[in-house]
Amino acid sequence: MEFLQPTSWPEALTMKAAHPEAMPIAGGTDVMVEVNLDRHRPAAIIDLTRVAELTEWGGEGDLLRIGSGVTYARIIDELGDRLPGLAMASRTVGSPQIRNRGTVGGNLGSASPAGDAHPPLLAMDALVELASVHGSRRLPVSEFFIGPKRNAARPEELIAAFLIHPASGPQQFSKVGTRNAMVIAVCSFALALDPKRRRIGTGIGSAAPTPVTAADAERFMAGVLEEAGLWERPSEVDASAIARFGELVAAAARPIDDVRGTAAYRRHALSVLARRSFTWAWLEYQRSA
Amino acid sequence: MRITCTVNGRPQVADSVWAGESLLYVLRERLGLPGSKNACEQGECGSCSVYLDGTLVCACLVLGGQADGREIVTVEGLSNGDSLHPVQQAFVEAGAVQCGFCTPGLVVATHDLLRRVPRPSDAQIREALAGNICRCTGYAKIIDAVHLAAGRMGAA
Repeated sequence: MEFLQPTSWPEALTMKAAHPEAMPIAGGTDVMVEVNLDRHRPAAIIDLTRVAELTEWGGEGDLLRIGSGVTYARIIDELGDRLPGLAMASRTVGSPQIRNRGTVGGNLGSASPAGDAHPPLLAMDALVELASVHGSRRLPVSEFFIGPKRNAARPEELIAAFLIHPASGPQQFSKVGTRNAMVIAVCSFALALDPKRRRIGTGIGSAAPTPVTAADAERFMAGVLEEAGLWERPSEVDASAIARFGELVAAAARPIDDVRGTAAYRRHALSVLARRSFTWAWLEYQRSA
Repeated sequence: MRITCTVNGRPQVADSVWAGESLLYVLRERLGLPGSKNACEQGECGSCSVYLDGTLVCACLVLGGQADGREIVTVEGLSNGDSLHPVQQAFVEAGAVQCGFCTPGLVVATHDLLRRVPRPSDAQIREALAGNICRCTGYAKIIDAVHLAAGRMGAA
């Protein structure tokens, strides 16, 4: 196994171009499990922890651009106020040890259907920035996941950053698991109320071959709010509309039966999570209005 | 490959390290520091918890080469010669040690908690130690030990 250790972003891209088969490693919380348990032995590993550019974040117009090497612990500490949904999801990742090392970039790279950062990124319509020696491109996170543990990055590309709007309204994240820490999601759900863009964002984890949005549910609820003028005059949302929202979220999932739960359980749980998330977020919006 | 790092304040060199080797393996098998325990090798149990440049991490999830040039503190580095660190002493006195396998990781994780939160609540302790698993299930006494250590370190 070859070990590559670039110390700058241009050097990292040059190395990746020369070794397209190289497995990128940041916090190691996924990659090292594969290597330790001998599930996968990459021909080469490229360590990105010396590339300072990847650990930086800042504003870019209306967006935040967050380097792929920013850890969950830093998302919680430094960006919790601007990205409450992603921070909530980050708090459910592993343990303090894992959150100190694991990165959102690594989560994207692994592209697990159960990745905790994915539902909030979907709900927030985030962009993923990929780069190679030939240049960089940005694509919606919904187009980034192309199959179970498969993403749209080309062999010569590395994940540079993700770009995301700071929250303009309440956000929620909920995850079902057998204990309150160190669990992979049985299913998860993220919600973003975006009063600025008059938009409802959703993200579903661990209940389809990839993380997915619930587009019908988003359109339905945005329509309910628009029709009754509730963004401007936030009063109670009809319980039947919230129940319908939950049903539409459950309908957007394509779950399977596996060791962590059945498809039927996941569908049911998602409708409950969606209902509760909306209720909590809407209460917060009413209070802040 | 060769890895040069500082472990518990001392410069160390490990030779013939395989590129896929974890920091945990380097510490235990190359540098003769068996305090950090090898149990799950997937970051689930916390028994290999160490400091890497001052950050609490699972040594099994750090690639050896990632630790090159870095500063590592293991459980062996917490005591002062033969005198135990107050966290270690508290674990002994509170009966927080049964088989002892999880103890080094819990000691390091507790050390990290108390330097950030000098008087943690039960909930804060549970949250901070959620990634350290005790298969003897002696959690009640472990929480007692954390409070005991916090009281003594606060008084000092």
